[in-house]
Amino acid sequence: MAESNLTGRVVGIDLGTTNSLVAYMQGDAPVVIPGVDGSNLVPSVVALDPAAPGGGRPTITVGNTARKALIETPERVIYSVKRLMGRGLEEIQDELKLFPFRLADDVEAGEVPRIRLGELKFTPPEISAYILRQLKRNAERFFGAPVTQAVITVPAYFNDAQRQATKDAGRMAGLEVLRLVNEPTAAALAYGLDRAKVGTIAVYDLGGGTFDISILKLRDGIFEVQSTNGDTHLGGDDIDNLLLTIALDEIFAENGVDLRQHPGAVQALRKAAIEAKIALSTERVAHFDIELPNGDRYQREISRAGFELLIERVLDRTAGPCKQALADAGITPEEVDEVVLVGGSTRIPAVRQLVDELFHLSARGKKPHTELNPDEVVALGAAVQADILAGASKSTEELLLLDVTPLSLGIEALGGTVARIIQRNSTIPASATEHFTTGVDGQTNVAIHVVQGERELASDCRSLARFDLRGIPPMSAGLPRIEVKFLIDADGILHVSAREQRSGQEAQIEVKATYGLTDEQVESMILESFDHAEEDFAKRLLIEARNEAETILAAVERAPQSRAWKQLTGEEQTAIFAARDTLSAVKLGEDSAAIRAATLALDQATRRFAELMMDAAVSTAMRGKTMDAAGEEMGDAVTAPHAMAPAEFK
Amino acid sequence: MLKVIDSAVPIACWSCSIGHNDSTLFCPHCSKIQPPPGGDFFSVFGLEPRLNLDLAALEDEFHRLSRKVHPDRFARAGENERQWSLADTALLNDAYRTLKDPLHRTEYLLKLEGAEIGEEHSGKDRKDPSRVPADLLEEVFELNMQLEEMRMARKVGEEDPALEASLTEAKKKFDGLLAAVDEDLRVQWQVWDAGDETTRQATQSTMVALLDRRRYLSNLVRDVNEVLGA
Repeated sequence: MAESNLTGRVVGIDLGTTNSLVAYMQGDAPVVIPGVDGSNLVPSVVALDPAAPGGGRPTITVGNTARKALIETPERVIYSVKRLMGRGLEEIQDELKLFPFRLADDVEAGEVPRIRLGELKFTPPEISAYILRQLKRNAERFFGAPVTQAVITVPAYFNDAQRQATKDAGRMAGLEVLRLVNEPTAAALAYGLDRAKVGTIAVYDLGGGTFDISILKLRDGIFEVQSTNGDTHLGGDDIDNLLLTIALDEIFAENGVDLRQHPGAVQALRKAAIEAKIALSTERVAHFDIELPNGDRYQREISRAGFELLIERVLDRTAGPCKQALADAGITPEEVDEVVLVGGSTRIPAVRQLVDELFHLSARGKKPHTELNPDEVVALGAAVQADILAGASKSTEELLLLDVTPLSLGIEALGGTVARIIQRNSTIPASATEHFTTGVDGQTNVAIHVVQGERELASDCRSLARFDLRGIPPMSAGLPRIEVKFLIDADGILHVSAREQRSGQEAQIEVKATYGLTDEQVESMILESFDHAEEDFAKRLLIEARNEAETILAAVERAPQSRAWKQLTGEEQTAIFAARDTLSAVKLGEDSAAIRAATLALDQATRRFAELMMDAAVSTAMRGKTMDAAGEEMGDAVTAPHAMAPAEFK
Repeated sequence: MLKVIDSAVPIACWSCSIGHNDSTLFCPHCSKIQPPPGGDFFSVFGLEPRLNLDLAALEDEFHRLSRKVHPDRFARAGENERQWSLADTALLNDAYRTLKDPLHRTEYLLKLEGAEIGEEHSGKDRKDPSRVPADLLEEVFELNMQLEEMRMARKVGEEDPALEASLTEAKKKFDGLLAAVDEDLRVQWQVWDAGDETTRQATQSTMVALLDRRRYLSNLVRDVNEVLGA
């Protein structure tokens, strides 16, 4: 391991459904690292810029800038991608009804779904990787030094595939993920840091897309999770969708406009719904006021009482997991000493009311903890855990998290029933050993199906992996004795190993994850192979500059084949070629600033050409086609470096 | 869950190559973390196989060992150390999870002693009438009738306070029976812990029978709770 890995900073990252944050330990206290715009929250929104104003080349943007593009070019923007992490095609059909995820149509069953973003396609881990890379860059800008190691938080109720997908995203972003930490546990860590507490705490975490409840016992710096429960598809998004659906239906009924056909307008309405929801946490009444594409206005009032009635069913879905978590921990609500509220949705007064009732708080003269910003507390806790793992600080050396696996692990037995081998809420790492044998004389293979979940039938549980034990020496049926060891590591991810005991042979296994990317696929999706530890900043700048140069040069190379090229004057064409030759020469040197300058010069020289290309694209759009369709129609003929050049990923 | 330990434990330290006693978590010479030591779950905590355990002391020891071997302490260590930390912690957690729970502890010890125990997870035979403890046949029959009636009532949305009261009463009774089994088990623990080989053999079969009865009763109580809680 390189020296820098032993001394470099480890950051804590909250990769949220709605917002993401990066934090680190500043002395004794965790602190959120702001982005260039000064904001602590990076919206988990990724956009493919068609063309930045001023003629810059299209790039992937993340955060607030990307969110702004949501209304103008919704087909080039993606949000709430966390809902798709680690899920198969057949599992995400419900999400597709509620979210404008545009699935690539060449995805086959069993493959990781790919989402269309403009003319490109990405898997959910790749989209998450762009968010992670933005956070990594924010941290690097802040420290003035590379950041290569991180702790990333995940919902406690995330299953194996969702965790693996998150780890894959980290790797693609050039981050070594030292640990996946459960979000409620991280929040407890942020709260428990400054006080030597003893007692039982419950963390109620209602975020943008996920709900978790965890019960922890604190003692002498050890945070021991007793039980956890939740719903990985329940959160503020669901509330937004309720408001949105009502508004869309009303607009259709009253104004005769089917906004569902206008993705940009839906996003504008969605934004208004979110604003109304937020306002209702402090106001008694909120107002919708939206201009419709036909010039009409949609105006509506929503009272807090009406809102609370509307969301009651969503909130009630958090009650069951809370009761189950208490039962699994073997305690009554009265035995919970403290309740911590996490996630933006816990600002809703009705949520606080429900929590109060579930844990009998005001009846006992208690209040839930909300001192730390519910949007930031998970990232702060991740920073604390990062500091623990770095092992370099006095303030955290006494702390230790003992977390649990949220779901039982089982194997499919005869008749499709599940034989549980590791129960839910077992402290991780946890392991179990099972023995298998053959049913037929001379059999050399045994197939094993591993599932995760609490239901009695394997078909009702989440399929994790199928594998074959191969190379079993031919023996009479029932004679081989194959020992298979299942190990859930500290990230909550399963590992399997096997050996045949009679012959002493190591049985070969190839575990095929039911959902997920192969190692090779992840490798090929790594955003920037140079984004790694050993590279110093100057080298990285140089490589980045060269890559940018390559991109624009490649585009200019193809330019003469396009129709727009012929509209340029001879002088303009000569100027472009001159700028191209300069860049080609400078690119070979080591001076990243000179390469940048030459790239910029070529960029300037090709501006008019880009405008001509844009005009062509816009006029196509004016004839009733979307930009997206226009791009597809133009296909390979599109060569403008500005409008359609590949974005800045390699 | 008989054996989670790889039997091929090297006696020489993987790091400094100096031989050491294989029951140690850290090499006495170079202090590097070692592969999981051989032995049973009790030996992880330096205990003799016993059914009566001081749970507070067990928890203290679990926390003390966790602080030493947990993967969080080796996040930036080399490949070997990370691997053994993971394996040691899994063993520690498996051992603690098994020993802290009185029933799992009893089952584990009985299995160590070679007893055959009904599998917890095979669930399907729990409705098998031949498994009903003989002295409870009549009551179990009655209870199952009431449970079925209650489920039907629930399905059509009817309230039946009399039936509910009767089920609550039955639950109380079966809870009491469960407590009695636990008490009987505890008595057997004392006998086993203090006994010689012959007494132990006799206690073991008593305990296996008690565990069967307990599993049956707790499934019944769970069913009643499910219906009442719905």
